[in-house]
Amino acid sequence: MKAGTKFFLGAVLIVGSVGFLIFEGVRQTGVYFLTPTELAQRTAKDPTFHNVGLKMGARVVPGTIQRDAATQTVEFSVTDGTTSYPVIYQGLAPDTFNDEQEIEVVVEGRLGTDGVFHATTLLAKCGSRYEAEYETAEPEA
Amino acid sequence: MTLLGHFSLWAALLVGLWGVVIAFSGKWRTRPDLAASVNRSTYALLACLLVASFALMVGLLKHDFNIEYVASYTSRNLPEYFIFSAFWAGQKGSLLFWAVVLATFSALAQFLTSRRYADLLPYVAGVTSLVTVFFVIVMLFSSNPFERLPFTPPDGNGLNPQLQNVGMIIHPPMLYLGYISITIPFAFAIAALLSKRLDTGWILAIRKWTLLSWLFLSIGITLGMWWAYVELGWGGYWAWDPVENASFLPWLTMTAFLHSVMIQEKRGMLKRWNLGLIIGTFLLSIFGTFITRSGVISSVHSFTQSSVGYYFLGFLVASAVASFALLYLRWPLLKPEVKLESMLSREAAFLFNNLALVGIAFSVLWGTLFPILSEAVQGTKVTVGPPFFNKVNIPLGLFLLALTGIGPLIAWRKASASNLQRQFRWPVASGLVVLAALLLFGMRNFYAIVALSLSGFVLGTVAQEFYRGARARHRIHGESYLAATYHLFGRNRRRYGGYIVHVAILLYFVAFAGAAFRVDQEATLKPGESADIRSPYGHTYTLTHVGVSQYEALNRVVSVATLEVARDGKKLGLINSEKRQHVDSFGRPQFQPSTEVGIRYNLQEDLYVVYAGAVQGTEEAVFRFTINPLVVWLWLGGVLLIIGGITTMWPSEAGAIRPIPSAAAERPEPAGV
Repeated sequence: MKAGTKFFLGAVLIVGSVGFLIFEGVRQTGVYFLTPTELAQRTAKDPTFHNVGLKMGARVVPGTIQRDAATQTVEFSVTDGTTSYPVIYQGLAPDTFNDEQEIEVVVEGRLGTDGVFHATTLLAKCGSRYEAEYETAEPEA
Repeated sequence: MTLLGHFSLWAALLVGLWGVVIAFSGKWRTRPDLAASVNRSTYALLACLLVASFALMVGLLKHDFNIEYVASYTSRNLPEYFIFSAFWAGQKGSLLFWAVVLATFSALAQFLTSRRYADLLPYVAGVTSLVTVFFVIVMLFSSNPFERLPFTPPDGNGLNPQLQNVGMIIHPPMLYLGYISITIPFAFAIAALLSKRLDTGWILAIRKWTLLSWLFLSIGITLGMWWAYVELGWGGYWAWDPVENASFLPWLTMTAFLHSVMIQEKRGMLKRWNLGLIIGTFLLSIFGTFITRSGVISSVHSFTQSSVGYYFLGFLVASAVASFALLYLRWPLLKPEVKLESMLSREAAFLFNNLALVGIAFSVLWGTLFPILSEAVQGTKVTVGPPFFNKVNIPLGLFLLALTGIGPLIAWRKASASNLQRQFRWPVASGLVVLAALLLFGMRNFYAIVALSLSGFVLGTVAQEFYRGARARHRIHGESYLAATYHLFGRNRRRYGGYIVHVAILLYFVAFAGAAFRVDQEATLKPGESADIRSPYGHTYTLTHVGVSQYEALNRVVSVATLEVARDGKKLGLINSEKRQHVDSFGRPQFQPSTEVGIRYNLQEDLYVVYAGAVQGTEEAVFRFTINPLVVWLWLGGVLLIIGGITTMWPSEAGAIRPIPSAAAERPEPAGV
């Protein structure tokens, strides 16, 4: 076999592995990113969607944050203007998380059959014009 | 001062356009006076932008809050040294910073480049001026740093407290310098294509520029990791955030380029690939600025959403189309001079290294853009996070690490069986020793074991290269081993500096392997109470809450939680973590509170303490404790990387051997073959 052919096979092997890793990576770790309204539509159509892990991007309803310091649990409501969901999150909330103004949050977790969103991670973005305001509460890495 | 600023930006636009028009018209080919004019236009452009920067700096230092930018990013009580970082902390200022740095680099490129490449330089000036003009246009028509407010606020908004960190003064400009300096090699590549001077000349002309921008990018990325680690308080240094990825992408393709140019220099292969890489790197650097400024992908550090994104998208698409069209037109002129002779050759190792680097870049780009792609194709947004990037990139990264050890051991063109045996014996043995030691000590994490064993192998390779090089000098010149090692650097800085960089990279991998053993624990403690946290090395830390105290500083109110640390019962000392509430000059709270992490580090592990807050006004405090094994090696690797990088760029000793491209192909390697 000529060197060029051998190299070509090696290259195909590498490119193939990259492609395979990307494909498998997306399949195994891809997470839906939905708004509350989209989530409501999905669960109405397909009740098993309650068990799917997903991310929801929405705004915190001002004045709804309740913190329990002893159990480190935070409860609050989020909305996209049309649909609202109560959220329960256990863990340390980021510094930027408060309900003085309508802040944007991204919560990752599952929508329970009780209609409450059980979040495992909470990201908060400050709604104002300041920069670098996202803070990660519990990144997976 | 804003009048001066506006005026100098307009002047920059006109001067820049003059340079662009004359350069691309090609008239200078027959008119030396026009060629000189294009050359000088880069100096004039720099002068205009320096005046503009001076105007903005004066506004910042004089607290002229009537200027919108000054009011948005500074305040009266901001420490002076942070006023400098306010220059690039906001969108508008950073555009000016970008333009002025690019103008500086292009003037330097015109000034420093040898006259041998005189027929490339006007084209180079044309490309750099075009890019600079783009930034000036964005400032003038969309995002002007000299815009005034209809009223003058008594005080400014102040700088985001997370940016009030020493690392933050250096990190963004370093990253910018990396991004911006990529334009110079790109400009030379385009100039080579336009002028059809497609020998290795342009590659030799930009050798130091590519090393420089690679070094800036590396330092910028590492400082960014350090900043995230000490300032953001989530216990890690890399979260695969879109903006982090955006800085990583050009680094990957630039690293590939640094390796593949060596094949072109020595063997005349890969001409098309190299041009593609450098064009791709430039496009990725523009893509990075697009991502941070457009709000297309939500990210930790994004600037506010604005129309600026459309300008960048337009520029990105236009540059991509123009560059690749030009490359296509010159395709037939870029035939390789020789063909690959054997799979067991350094060329082949470099080619695989390039494929792996570009593969990683592609997967990172894919993951970063996946939310947009999936929404466009399926109608539903699907995101991928750190698990995706780790799953894909750990195997590819380890493959690269292995090649780092293999590449230097294989001969150019074709390696023989005896050559392989002689070269690989000791490095492989050192890898196996590490492997055995890890298994003996009970490590069971697959990826960590592979990473550390490969690190042992790479270290063996580098040590052997140094030893053989020094031994050869010792025999021939009778130098002592120490002197011989020193002279090795003098003879071939790029090679031995490169080996130092390889060692730095393996230290990064050591730190990454340590991340597999991270331990997290949260605790709510009353004063006097303590919590235990077990290190993966087997010992136990006991942290006792001493108390919370408060004090006021220039622009903030700080509450400090103090803990006493003991290791296996033996007292080590105190560790503090702070919660800071920044205030304006009237004492009113500003921004969200920020966290100051307490870190106790040694070569084994970091003990990382975050004070998350007190329970409703009492001294009972909520903490998060993290044990991060081997993190220190990341910062040590960073320091070594700078040393190695500077070594490769340091001017050669007089009389040192400078390989000439075509002849070098036939010349045996100086050592180790």
